[in-house]
Parts: sequence; C-alpha cells; structure tokens
Amino acid sequence: MAYREHLKDNFSETRLIQRRLILSAVIVLILMFIVLGRLYVLQVVEHEHFSTLSNSNRVSLKALPPTRGLIYDRNGVVLADNLPAYRLEIIREQVSDIDDTIKHLSEYVEISDYAIKKYRQSSRRRRPYESVPLLLNLTDEELARLAVNLHKFEGVEINARLTRNYPLGKHAVHALGYVGRIDVKDLNQLDEADYAGTSYIGKLGLEKFYEDDLHGDVGFQRVEVNASGRTLRVLDESPPVSGHNLYLTIDSKLQQLAEDLFKDNRGSVVALDPNNGEVLALVSMPSFDPNLFVNGISFKNYSELRDSWKRPLFNRALTGQYPPGSTTKPFFGLAGLEYSVVGHKHTTYCGGYYLLPNEERKYRDWKKTGHGKTDLNKAITQSCDVYFYDLAYSLGIDRMSEFMKQFGFGSRTGIDSTGEQPGLMPSREWKRRARGMPWFPGETLITGIGQGALLVTPLQLASGTGALALKGTRFKPHLVKKIEYPGGIDDLNIKPEISGVYEVKKEINWQHVVKGMKNVVHGIRGTAHRIAKNLSYTIAGKTGTAQVFGIAQDEEYEEENVSKKLRDHALFMAFAPVENPLIAVAVIVENGGHGSSVAAPIARKIMDAYLLSNDLLAEKTEQEKKL
Amino acid sequence: MSLVMEGDQLSMSRRILDAFRLDPTLMLLLFILASFGLLVLFSAGGSNMDLMIRQLTRLGLATFLLVVVANISLRVLKKLSLGFYLGGLLLLVAVIAFGEIGKGAQRWLDLGFIRFQPSEFMKLAMPMMVASYLSDKVLPVGWKDLLVSAVLVLVPVLLIARQPDLGTSLLVGSAGFFVLFLAGVRWKIFMILGLLVSLMAPLLWKFALHDYQRGRILTMLNPENDPLGSGYHIIQSKIAIGSGGIYGKGWLNGTQSQLDFLPERSTDFIFAVFGEEFGFFGAVLLVFLYLLIIYRGLYIAAVSKDTYGRLLAGALSLTFFVYLFVNTGMVSGLLPVVGVPLPLVSYGGTSMVTLMVGFGMIMAIGSSKRFLR
Repeated sequence: MAYREHLKDNFSETRLIQRRLILSAVIVLILMFIVLGRLYVLQVVEHEHFSTLSNSNRVSLKALPPTRGLIYDRNGVVLADNLPAYRLEIIREQVSDIDDTIKHLSEYVEISDYAIKKYRQSSRRRRPYESVPLLLNLTDEELARLAVNLHKFEGVEINARLTRNYPLGKHAVHALGYVGRIDVKDLNQLDEADYAGTSYIGKLGLEKFYEDDLHGDVGFQRVEVNASGRTLRVLDESPPVSGHNLYLTIDSKLQQLAEDLFKDNRGSVVALDPNNGEVLALVSMPSFDPNLFVNGISFKNYSELRDSWKRPLFNRALTGQYPPGSTTKPFFGLAGLEYSVVGHKHTTYCGGYYLLPNEERKYRDWKKTGHGKTDLNKAITQSCDVYFYDLAYSLGIDRMSEFMKQFGFGSRTGIDSTGEQPGLMPSREWKRRARGMPWFPGETLITGIGQGALLVTPLQLASGTGALALKGTRFKPHLVKKIEYPGGIDDLNIKPEISGVYEVKKEINWQHVVKGMKNVVHGIRGTAHRIAKNLSYTIAGKTGTAQVFGIAQDEEYEEENVSKKLRDHALFMAFAPVENPLIAVAVIVENGGHGSSVAAPIARKIMDAYLLSNDLLAEKTEQEKKL
Repeated sequence: MSLVMEGDQLSMSRRILDAFRLDPTLMLLLFILASFGLLVLFSAGGSNMDLMIRQLTRLGLATFLLVVVANISLRVLKKLSLGFYLGGLLLLVAVIAFGEIGKGAQRWLDLGFIRFQPSEFMKLAMPMMVASYLSDKVLPVGWKDLLVSAVLVLVPVLLIARQPDLGTSLLVGSAGFFVLFLAGVRWKIFMILGLLVSLMAPLLWKFALHDYQRGRILTMLNPENDPLGSGYHIIQSKIAIGSGGIYGKGWLNGTQSQLDFLPERSTDFIFAVFGEEFGFFGAVLLVFLYLLIIYRGLYIAAVSKDTYGRLLAGALSLTFFVYLFVNTGMVSGLLPVVGVPLPLVSYGGTSMVTLMVGFGMIMAIGSSKRFLR
C-alpha cells in the first residue's frame, strides 16, 4: 500500500479517471432525464392547465358600458340625456405611489377629499388594469392644464365618457329624480358585472325606479393585453345594448308653468288625468339642480341644500304629509249621503261653534259669527265646519275611515317613483295600536274637518280628487307613458291600471256633492269664487286651510301676528270640466294662509294651460258629437 | 460513432480546423447551438436587431478567444494555472475592497477601460489550479492532498458567495469539486462529506444564506404563496413552458414572452421562451444537443493522455452541464432561482466568453494528444 502511494501508476490513474468520467456521464444523463421528465409533466401532462393560465394572462375582458336610456316628456321634450364629459382616470397598476400621484395632480386641478374617497371606493371593485375615474367632469380650463402636464404622470388618463345631463335643470327634478356615483350601499345591491365600466346609478325618483330599464346591458370586449395592461388588439366583442328610453306622462310645459306659479313659495302641485292616472305635473317647490349630483356634489353645495329651512331636497308631492283641512269635506259629505246618515236637504244650525254632549270644549267654526242654517250644498260651498262636526259625530270614525280608504287615503298610491309616503287615515284601531290610547269623540270631530291625525300627500289628494271626479273609479297614478326599446322592438305602452273602485250607491248623492264643489268656484258665495272670472269651462273644487299652529281655546288666529313659518297651509283640490273630467289637481302652498287666495289661482292657471292650450276641450266635444 | 471523426478522409474543412487545432465535432455542435441560441434570442428580445448585433459581436470575440486558447500548448496552460489562480484570488479581494455594486451585489471591478467580473475568471482558474495541483500527485487523492484542494476550492467560493453571488460560487465550487471527483476521491470521503453537509444544513440555512436566498428557496417550494412578488418569475416561467405543449406555439408566437409576461426572458429565463415557442419536442432536441456537447467534452477528456488535461477537460465539460442543469431546473421550477444563464443561448457577454475559452481549453487538450505527445 505504501509503495503504491508514492509511485505514480499511469495506467491505473487513466482507468480511475475514465471510470469516474463514465460515471459522470451516467449521472449527467440521469439528471437531464429528470429535467426532461419535469418538462414532460409541464408541457404534456399539465398542458391544458397552463394553457388556460396563459390565456387568462393574455386575454382580458374589457367592459363596454351601455348608454343610459333617455327620458322625454309626453310631447317628446328631452328631460334627461347623456353628454360627453372629460374625466381624469387612473390605472392603478401603472401608478407606483397613488397618494403621491394624487398630491401632484392637485397642483393642477382641485381634488376634493370627497373625490378621493369615491375614487378609493370604486378602486376596490375594479378589474386589473381597469381605469377608475378620479374626477368626472373637467372644465375646459382644467382639461387644458392637465393635458399639457399629463406626460408627467404614468397611468393617468383623460377620457371622454358619457355623463347624465338634465337639460331643464331644476325643473321637474322631483318627478325625475337623478343619478349619482355608485357608492358602497349601491354596490351591495347591484350585480357588479352589469355595472362594469359604469359610474352612475339612479339614486332617486324615476331614475331609480326604472334603473333596470334605463341602465341597458353591458357589453364586453375580449382584448389581448401585454403584461403592463396595454390593449394590443381586440379579439372579439359583444356590443353593449343601450338602456330603454322613457316617455313620461309629464307635460314639461305644464310642469314648468306650475313651478313658476309658486314664485318664492314652498309647496306642491300634483295634476293628473283622472281617466287613466297619468301624472301631468308633479311639483315640489323649491327644487334644485340635479346636475349637481351627477358628478358627485361638493360638500358645500350639499350642506347648503340639506340645511336650508326651505328643504329643497324634500319631495313634498310624494313624501310630504299634510293635514288636508277642508279639502276632505266633499268626501265626508258623500259618505254622509251614502251611509244615509243625512239627506241632502238635512240642515245643521251653525252658530260659530259646536259642542259635544257633556263637554265644555268649543269646536270652533272658521267663521266666528257662524253660517246659520246650513245644508250640504252650503256646507261645502262655504266650508262650514259646524255642519261637518255634526256629520262626523253622526258618522263615527269607523265609517269615516272605511269610506276614505276607498278613495286611497291612508295608503300609498303605488306611483312608479321612490319615497312615497302612505299618509295617515286614523281609526279607532290605529290609535290603539300606534298610540296605545282609546279614541276620543272629539278626535272624530276634528277629523271631520280634515285636521287631527289625518295626513295626506299631495299625490293622494290629487288621486282621491280624480276618483271623486270619476264617481269612485281610481286609477293608479303613473309617470311613465311609454317605454321605448332600442333596436326595432315595439314600444311598450303603459296601460292604465285601476287601483280601486268605489261603487256609488245612488248617483244622485254624488251629484249633490259635485254640485257643492262646483259652487265653491261658480257660486257667488263660494270660497274659491275669485277664480271663476272669465272661466270658459266648469271647475268643481274645494279649498282647504290646514292648521300648523295650535291656538288656545279662547284665542283667535290672527294672520299678522303669527310668523310666516307658523301660518296655515293653503290647499285646493279640484277637477275640471265638471261634466267630463279631464284633469284633477291638488295644490298645497305651505304657510300660504287661505286656500282660496293662494292655492286656488294656481290650480286655475294649470287647468287653463292644460285644457285651453291643448284644445282638449274642443277635441273631447268633437269625439262626443261623433258618438 | 459520430462523436469521433477519425479516419483517412481528410476533407478541406477538416484540414483547416486541424491547422487551427480545433475539434471539428465540437465546433460543429457549438455552431449549431449558437445558431439555435440566436434564433431564440431574436424572439425573446422582441425582434430587436441591436440586441442581435451585440450578441453576434460577443460571439465573434468569444470564438476568436476560443481559437487563441485552443492553440496554447497544454504545458503552457498548466504552468499558467497557479498564476491565474493567485491573480483571480487577488482580484476577488479587490472586488471586496473597491468593487462596484450592481443589483444589490458587489461583483464588478472597474478597470477604467473595462468592467470586469473576477468571479467569472475564477470559473476557469479554479479547475486549472486544482487539476494542476492534483495531476502531480499520486491518485486516487489522499487525505493531505484532499485537504489542500479543499482549501483551494473553498477560499474563492466563499469570497464569491460573500459578494453575494450564489450562482457563480456554485459554478466555481463545482468546477473545483469535479476535478477532485475525477481525480478519484474515495466514496467513503464523499459519504462523510455528504453526512457533514446534511448535518450542517440547518446551520447553513440560518447563518450562511442571505434573506433573499432563503426566500428564493422557499419560493421555489411554493411559488403560489406570493404570485405577484418573488413567485412571479417562476409562475410565469412555468406557464410559458407548460402552455407550449408538445410542439410549441411557434417561433415569435409565444404569448408569455412576446407580451412581456415572462421576466428576464432574454437572459436567465430564455429557456422558458424556447419551451413556449418550440414545445416539448424542441426542448428534447435542445437537451440532446447539449448532451452531445457535454459527451464530446467528456470523450476528449477520456482519450487525453495527460492527467492534467483529463482532469481539466472533464471538469470543464461537467461545469458546462451544471450550467445547463441549474438553469433548466430553475426555469422549470425544480430548483431555486439562482442566477445561472443558459449556456451560449442567454444574452450576455461574460459567461459566453468564459464558456468559449473553456471550450478552447478542451480543444487544446484534444489536440495535444495528436500534436504534443
């Protein structure tokens, strides 16, 4: 052994190295077979899997947002359309530091905290490499400043997108509603796939109620993208389908006229066609410009609207619940006749107040000196309270409530908009349930003159008036007349829907009531006689004055001494023409004082505009002649 | 045997090759591989002609150096070994003292006119030194020689690993190790060493590796843990290879590579481009070509009459294999991400020059049996 260690043996060294070389060759082969085996697994066995992954890398779905449906009035006047607006958008994947980028961008344009908040919200639900808007409506000046400096910002783009626009501004806003940016609350309710690429959603009113129709169907483009998200080519696409267009029952001219009639007053008007429930005007004043909301309203603007004591955001027509006052008298009058509690010739003596048996409290008439001997006709025409105290006492709250409900009071009309309130038709049972107290007879009396717990919305009052005009047939009020589908499908005409029928037991009963209502306007002593001047058609109406401010027993209400905010609400309900009703109107002027002086003239002008300028009267008479 | 071109028919080209002392078989195989490489690089680089011209220039320079080295006699080569090794060692120390930092590691030495990576130089100096030392000793290697060799290997390996450059230190270390292996270190010693390493592995894991190196190993084991971070390379590379299928998507049609999903696609991950565009079929062919080159090198080593030549040629061929194995293993997710290029295909100058000079040495060894017996 020792010998071998010190002597180089060339032959055995050669053998040794060659053996090791051969061994290496074998190991090399084995290791490369392992690599090839690995490749076999990747490329042959799992090929499908990786092929799918490769395609999902390469192919990206790009949403094509649909164009929102347009809204027209009944004559084709555009109420809501879409205009191109320039937006500042960010592709998150291409921006390294988002906070830094926003900070630098704000050197060129003002970026509110609200905009940043909204951006972060919508960022969360974006697809990879989808651009998300930061600012929605750039002014020309902002656009110019940004465009010049855009090269400094990677991943920031300016894109022209369609944005909702309301050409009439603050007109008809409470009929239309508005769209706004999608927020977290909306996200929880909508199908995100349908809203990919869309920034707006109906927030209120028709825009919300008909969201599904207006929105349309989102389209998709399959595009090939590279690793930095740039679109290289379009592989295929399914185009978006525009939303459906809506034709409203609203007559925008009538609507604007009604709004202008309010001047600085607050209140509401609902005018509808009693024969089908089509709402011709739906006014709540004051109003506001819905365009402010489309691109995200600034906090300052919003707090101004929200905090104004005039409450412009409040939709009085559907949401405002008012004591109807004397406008309920024709309904209770009809109830008295129908339940045979009184005959039309029955009289009550009115001495200025009414006393319940065994009670000291005086139930006052609005006329201190009293109306004297009063029958139904006089009671309606001159709005005698004592007559109706007595009638209410005889009817009892249960029958009053049962009757009024058949005219739609105390429940929602089911109009195709949002936020409608049911009003309140009190009853014995309601009081026990809601207040946990028994019903007092005095409450029956004040309900009889439309005060107390009784509350109605202007829409309910108009709808009830329409039902009275049609002898008890009540159509469901609606705002959409026709839905227009894109692409050659026939339009959908909305059919009138009857929501309730009260069968009048004796037609003569109804005629007596209507006669009283007609005399309100046409009678010399009618409370709304002042609007009868130069009237070429007939109106049946009823004024109302609703107390806002409680007065003590022996005090007197003096308009001058009560601050404007506490003055009575002025109401008027009417339909015309009496023989052949074409329009029913309810007017409420908040703190307007008397219904006769403020509310009735508004109704007259609306009826004039509708019946005379449209030549509806002439048409109708023509039709009847033919029949 | 196609690997051996011997006989009486001395063709014109054969005569020219002989005149330059080049091995015709190896030259042909290298030429095919380089052509293949340029083809893939053209695709991986996004049809960038500038890139191609730079790579061709390097290839030209590297081929020139191959021819020069092939004409150095084996005896001169052996005499140069010690000087090269010590010079290389000196440069490695210089890197630590004055080196430039690039990509988070200190690897480069700026000599003013050229930026130079001494660790690359060590890939050749290391097997030369160990082969030179052992070829004068009695084989198989005894304990004393083993110890000296181990020091010769470990000092530069640790210096390089410290830069940190795990890929190069692996290649340098294996070059030295292969010389020892071929020189006949006993199996018993290998087993003891193996046992020692596996016992020390947890300690090495904790103290010898950088955080990013540990991270790479963890990433290899489970790339899906961090798909957009460190796992991204491996995931995209596997997708590229796997989606290539049997026949591939076709040259210039690889979506993973052409659409930028694959990172480092013209350098370390170029094999993924190849796999995507040419499929399993192409990959088998490429691996076969590499194996031919390795086996030709091993054959030259086997038939060399000189122990120094045998050890050096064998070690260089096997180091070439380590490039191939580590790179393909890394790209296909078998091994952790280590910066080792696909030899002669990846874009980059330094490794190409080193490899071609190495083949120049193999050819010098091959021709020495005929001319310098």
